[in-house]
Amino acid sequence: MTTATHRTDPGGTSQGLFEDPERVARGLGWFSIGLGLAELGAPRSLARMIGVNDDDDNRNTLFALGLREIASGVAVLARPRSALPMWNRVGGDMMDLALLGRALRADSSERNRVAAATAAVIGVTVLDALTAQKLRAGTGDGAEEKPRGGIHVTRAITLTRPREEVYWFWHDFENLPRFMEHLESVRVLGPNRSHWKARAPAGTTVEWDAEITDDQPNELIAWRSLPGADVSNMGSVRFLDAPGGGTEVRVELRYDPPGGKLAAAIAKLFGEEPSLQLSSDLRRFKQVMELGEVVRSDATVTHGPHPARPPELDEIPDAPRAIEQEALEGAIR
Amino acid sequence: MKAVCWEGKKNVRVEEVPDPKILNTQDVILRVTSTAICGSDLHLYNGFVPGMERGDVVGHEFMGEVMEVGPAVRNLKTGDRVVVPFPIACGECAMCRRDLFSVCENSNPNGWMAEKLWGHSPAGIFGYSHLLGGFAGGQAEYVRVPFADVGPIKVPDGMPDEQALFLSDIFPTGYMGADMCNIKPGDVIAVWGAGPVGLFAMASAYLLGAERVIAIDRFPYRLQMARERARVWETINYEETSVLERLNELTGGRGPDACIDAVGMEAHGPTAMYAYDRAKQALMLETDRPIALREAVQACRNGGTVSVIGVYGGFIDKFPMGSLMNRSLTIRTGQCHVQRYMRPLLERIQRGEIDPSFVITHRMRLEDAPTGYDMFLHKRDNCEKVVLTT
Repeated sequence: MTTATHRTDPGGTSQGLFEDPERVARGLGWFSIGLGLAELGAPRSLARMIGVNDDDDNRNTLFALGLREIASGVAVLARPRSALPMWNRVGGDMMDLALLGRALRADSSERNRVAAATAAVIGVTVLDALTAQKLRAGTGDGAEEKPRGGIHVTRAITLTRPREEVYWFWHDFENLPRFMEHLESVRVLGPNRSHWKARAPAGTTVEWDAEITDDQPNELIAWRSLPGADVSNMGSVRFLDAPGGGTEVRVELRYDPPGGKLAAAIAKLFGEEPSLQLSSDLRRFKQVMELGEVVRSDATVTHGPHPARPPELDEIPDAPRAIEQEALEGAIR
Repeated sequence: MKAVCWEGKKNVRVEEVPDPKILNTQDVILRVTSTAICGSDLHLYNGFVPGMERGDVVGHEFMGEVMEVGPAVRNLKTGDRVVVPFPIACGECAMCRRDLFSVCENSNPNGWMAEKLWGHSPAGIFGYSHLLGGFAGGQAEYVRVPFADVGPIKVPDGMPDEQALFLSDIFPTGYMGADMCNIKPGDVIAVWGAGPVGLFAMASAYLLGAERVIAIDRFPYRLQMARERARVWETINYEETSVLERLNELTGGRGPDACIDAVGMEAHGPTAMYAYDRAKQALMLETDRPIALREAVQACRNGGTVSVIGVYGGFIDKFPMGSLMNRSLTIRTGQCHVQRYMRPLLERIQRGEIDPSFVITHRMRLEDAPTGYDMFLHKRDNCEKVVLTT
C-alpha cells in the first residue's frame, strides 16, 4: 500500500521558501537554540569568531545574548504558527545589530570579521521579519486553533477481483459502511444523490448529502458533499488493471475535520489518524471483495481494546445477525 | 473453558475464559485434543514479542475435533479430526495463490500494527500477539479456526495425535528450513539449534538428500538427541569448541553448503559478542540477538545458502553483510507456509519415512502448562518438547 497525507494551504498565494512559513519558523527556532548554546558554551571562541575582544565584558554580554537566543528559540518552537515570537526574534536581531555596530567602531575589534557577522545578522533579520509577516498573513496572529485547511489522504490497495466487479461494488454507495468503519449508513436518494451518516469523535454523528461529480464506468467515481454538510468533503476512487492481474484501487479523500484542527489533533492522539483509518478501511474492502466478509479476530471483533481471548456474546456488536446476513450475502455471491 | 493465558513476562496461567464463537462464515470451532508449547512461545514468555496484552490466550500448535461449523465451510463437518497450521491464511489473496500462506494479505485484522514495524503485514497467527491479529490461541479446551477449508487437514483414522500434531508447525517449519537450502546430493548441511525445529530441519535435510548433517547446540542432551534421533553425522557444542574452526575441519576447509539458523532472536553464545548483544538488547538498542545468524553467515561455503527459520522480531546489529555479499551467499527465510507442506509431509508420515513424535520428552495436562513453560525455558529434566492434552 502507498500513502500520503497533506495539509493544504488555503491561501494558495504563497510560494517558494514561504510555501510553509511554519517550517521556516521551526528552522529559525532551532537555529536560535543552536546559536544560544554556542554563546553559552563557548563565548570566548565565538567572540574571536565574530572579531570582538574575548574579554570578560564581551563574554558576559554573549552569555546574556545566549540566554535570550535560547528563550526566543523555545518560544518560536512552542508556537511555530504564531507571528508574535517571530517579531520578538526581530527585536532581538535589532539588539544584536546595535551591539555589532558599536563593536565595528571599537578599536579592539577586527573590523572584517565584525562586518561579516553584521552581514549575517542582517540576513537573519530579513528572514525573521519575512517569516513573521507571512505567519500573520497566513493564520492571523497567534490563532493556532483555527483550521487552516482540510485533510487530504490518498491510499491504494490491490485486489484479485476483476475491475468491473470492484467498480460496481463501490458504485453502490450503500456498500461503503460494510468496510468504512466510521460510516454508519449511506442511503442512495437518486441516480447521483446520496445521504451519508458518519460517526465523529466523542460519540457524535455528522450527516451530509453528497452528489456524484464524475462517473466513468470501471475507471473512476468521484463525489462531493453538497452545501449544508456537517463536514464538507470530497472523494474519488480510481480503478486500474493491476500489473499481473487483479485491480488496483486508488482512493483520495479530502475533508475538513469535524471540530476543526484541534479536534483532529486530539483524535490523532487516540490513534484516529486519517491515513491509517483509510488504510484499515481499504484492508477491510479487500477482505469483503476477496472473501465476502470482514475478517474478525477475538481481539478485533469487539469495540475497543480486548485481549486475544474469546469475547462474551454481548461484547460482539450484533453478532448473530451480522453472521447470518453475511452468510446470506456469501451464498448470493 | 480453560485456556493458557499470557499474564506478563514469565507468567502464564490457566484461566477460565469464555468459549470461542463462530465470528466469520468460514470458521469452525475445535475441541482441542493435543497442543504443544513451541520454542517461539518462549519468545512470548520472555517478553520479546511486541503487541502482547495481559489475558491473551496463547498456543499455535494444536489439533482436535470439529464441534461447530460456520455456514460457508464446505470440506469439514462436525466430528472430523483435524490438525491446524499456525499461520492463518485466506486462500484467495495473491499471496495465498502463490502458496505464500504465511504472508496472506487478508488474515491479519491488525495489519496496520505490523505495517508500522515491518513495512507490510504478514499473515495472522494463532495466539501470537495483537501485532499478528489478536487471535486466541489453541492452548485451550476449545479454539476458533478461521478459513477452515484452507488450513486444517483431516488426520487419517488410526494415526495417533502425537504423530500428526507437529504438522501444525515444527515439522513443516524444519522441513522448509531444509527445503530452502536447495539440497543436492553430496551436500553438507549445518544446523544451529537442536531444539525441536532444529531436529526436524536435520531429519528433513536427510529426507531431501543431504549427505552429512552437523548439529550445533550447547546442551549435551540435545546434541545426543540430534545424534540418536535425527541421525546427524557430527555435533558441535559451541561452549566447548570454536564453531567456525570445527566446521572448517569437518568440511575440508570449505564450509557447509548450507547453514540453517533454527535459533532466532534469543541466541546464546560463549563469546564477547554474546555479552555485547545482551547489553544492547537490555538497553533496547537492538531487539534481537543474532549470534547464531552471524555465525551461520561466516561459516557458509562460498555461494552457499543461509536458511533462517528461527524467529526474529525486530532489528539486529553487526550483521556481516560484507561476507554475504562478497561471497555470493543466498539468504532465505520466512515463517513456514505450513499449508504448502502439510499434505506431502502427512504422506511421508503415513509411508513411515519419519515419525515426528521422536522429539517429545514431556507429556502433561493442559492445567500444567505453567510448569511446562518453565521446564522448557530452563531445559530442566532434559526437556525438548512438551505436549499438553486436555
